[in-house]
Amino acid sequence: MTADEEKPPAIRVTGLRKNFGDVAALDGVDLTVPDGSFFALLGPSGAGKTTTLRVMAGLERPDAGTVRLGHLDATAATPAARDLAMVFQSYALYPKQTARQNIASPLRARRLRPEQIAEAVARVSDLLHIERLLDRRPAQMSGGEQQRVALGRALVREPRAFLMDEPLTNLDLKLRVEMRTELTRIHRALGRTFLYVTNDHVEAMSMADRVAVLRDGRIEQVGTPMEIYERPATRWVAGFVGSPQINVLPCRFDAGTGRPGRLAGDGGWTLPAPSWCPEMPDGSPVLIGIRAEDLTLTPTADQPCLEGEVYVVEPLGDRTLVDVRVGEAVVRVKAGPTVTLPAVSGPAGPRLRIGVHLERAHLFDATTERALRA
Amino acid sequence: MAAITIDRLHKRFTGQKQGAPPAVEELSLSIADGELFVLLGPSGCGKTTTLRCVAGIERQTGGDIRLDDETVNDLPPAERDVAMVFQFYALYPHLTCRDNIAFPLRAAKVTSAEIARRVQDVARMLRLSHLLDRRPHQLSGGEQQRVALGRAMVRRPRAFLMDEPLTNLDAEQREDMRAEIKHLQAQIGTSMLYVTHDQVEAMALGHRIAILNQGRLEQLGTPVEVYNRPATLFAARFIGSPPINLLDVTVTDGGLVSEGGLRLPAPDGPSNGDPLIAGLRPETLTLTAAGEDHTVDGRVLAREALGDETIYVVDTPAGPLRSRMPPTARHDVGDPVGLRHVGPPPPVYDPRTERVVEGKGAV
Repeated sequence: MTADEEKPPAIRVTGLRKNFGDVAALDGVDLTVPDGSFFALLGPSGAGKTTTLRVMAGLERPDAGTVRLGHLDATAATPAARDLAMVFQSYALYPKQTARQNIASPLRARRLRPEQIAEAVARVSDLLHIERLLDRRPAQMSGGEQQRVALGRALVREPRAFLMDEPLTNLDLKLRVEMRTELTRIHRALGRTFLYVTNDHVEAMSMADRVAVLRDGRIEQVGTPMEIYERPATRWVAGFVGSPQINVLPCRFDAGTGRPGRLAGDGGWTLPAPSWCPEMPDGSPVLIGIRAEDLTLTPTADQPCLEGEVYVVEPLGDRTLVDVRVGEAVVRVKAGPTVTLPAVSGPAGPRLRIGVHLERAHLFDATTERALRA
Repeated sequence: MAAITIDRLHKRFTGQKQGAPPAVEELSLSIADGELFVLLGPSGCGKTTTLRCVAGIERQTGGDIRLDDETVNDLPPAERDVAMVFQFYALYPHLTCRDNIAFPLRAAKVTSAEIARRVQDVARMLRLSHLLDRRPHQLSGGEQQRVALGRAMVRRPRAFLMDEPLTNLDAEQREDMRAEIKHLQAQIGTSMLYVTHDQVEAMALGHRIAILNQGRLEQLGTPVEVYNRPATLFAARFIGSPPINLLDVTVTDGGLVSEGGLRLPAPDGPSNGDPLIAGLRPETLTLTAAGEDHTVDGRVLAREALGDETIYVVDTPAGPLRSRMPPTARHDVGDPVGLRHVGPPPPVYDPRTERVVEGKGAV
């Protein structure tokens, strides 16, 4: 993109290390956040997301590594000099002030003129649709409204970038879904850089244009949401992103009578290897990862299949998840909302065939758990 | 094993504010022997209070609890022979898994040979056999919850009472344990009353679901029934993610028409001009080119690619509407699009009563 070439990245960190006692919170983190992007830092708790954000913000000093903000080497800069705005999961509003006063507080601290402040508050409340809340105090607002006001307080300045640390965590599901749409809309309207920390893959996938997946203080993968979903770099990423969780079955590569060979699983099942399967020694242990939507209960005549017994059926309204026991493993299949299954008979569920969309499957080295590619 | 009958249950806590509604109000439910029955609702809806009354931990202020034909109102918890599993595991930290599971049997003075046999049976079902000699702190959260489940199962109680048992597990473990509980319950065949605030969990697990709101029954039905035909606007909003689209419509020439021209099939009954609210699940709205008949036109406000599906939020004259599309759909933010309804007639609601309008002339 030409915009990236013209402008330096909004945030670039290199070689970040940070220890807390003898725990390495950050173990060599390199990240480039393009100017104007909606960039998600995704990972489970303890992965180092929040520490990375705090190092960027200047709230935490790294043991090693550099922080650049645009053209500025900010490694040693004070938080204020970095010109970043933060939004937290706790709203941290002043309880005795109205929404208007809360939003205006960063500008009052900068001694702007009253009419400038009024104009900025009006602009932000228009953007966030919170005009009607301006004269209320936090106690008179719902959680979602308070979070909007907190957002307004961050947005009222025009900082270099916005750093958001799980801002939707305390909202209920319905409000979270709505705020997702709101945040993408606001991001687009402002055209500013958003760095967004979350442990929820749905939030990262639905809002961000780039996602960095963190695990144990290291970057596991960086890419667009679809790259991460469709080409996970490791088994761990494949498992962390996507719901229901990807099915992962251990098996061995059987070179057999020629390319592409077969995969033979524990419990006796076999599948042809995908056409793109790389060459490897006969008997190599591998993991095949197949997402629930890449399995079907209505296979075509020539589709490769697994066989097993129905274990559990979960009707979820828009879809049905059917768990099928294949050997020792349970494989989850995404089926339509009105799926019909053979009647249950006896203690074991009915047997059925599961078609595999093999070209969409993933293969991982059983030892390194890294993706195997052609 | 027993059926559970909750008959006009009423519970008001001492010290509750005057005028505040009771925690549970005139709630009647019949849970069949062998049924997995879910109580679903937001916090404060009365679901946990109901469960605790069934367990005997809480004493109701009115109504009866029966196990099969026996009224158990006056029985202390231990004599009701029901097993509770909580969201926290409540294991004894100094005991091994084996001893934790065996604990209720030791207390009941079962012979040691019988204890060993039953612990092994339960461990096999729960796939805990290889963990029996470990202590709780050596186990993951999911494994600890399986041990807690084992301890409940080993007694062979008349019913299981589950109070949000998956809440403290991470998302992946939650999905696995959910399936495990449903499978086990089907194998054992013991009635289970399961409390949760998570609608996905309720749908996935329940043979039937009771949705509670402010101590009252909002809807009772199978997962498919509550999803496809919510009885009230509250139930409609509570089930499904992304949330259902609730759309103001007017009865026009035998159909329903929204602001902006989306046309929907109408139920029998309402007359021309009646204002109604249609409940459209995101998967019943499909994106088309703008300007076609019977569609509502708008612009894509947000596009959320979730991998296996893409959610579009479309700004229309009828308000922002959500559509669930396959991942292959390609529309960008800002694109003009149309939305068309697909599938059977949607449920419609009377805006005054907030209840679903029944098919045959029943507004």
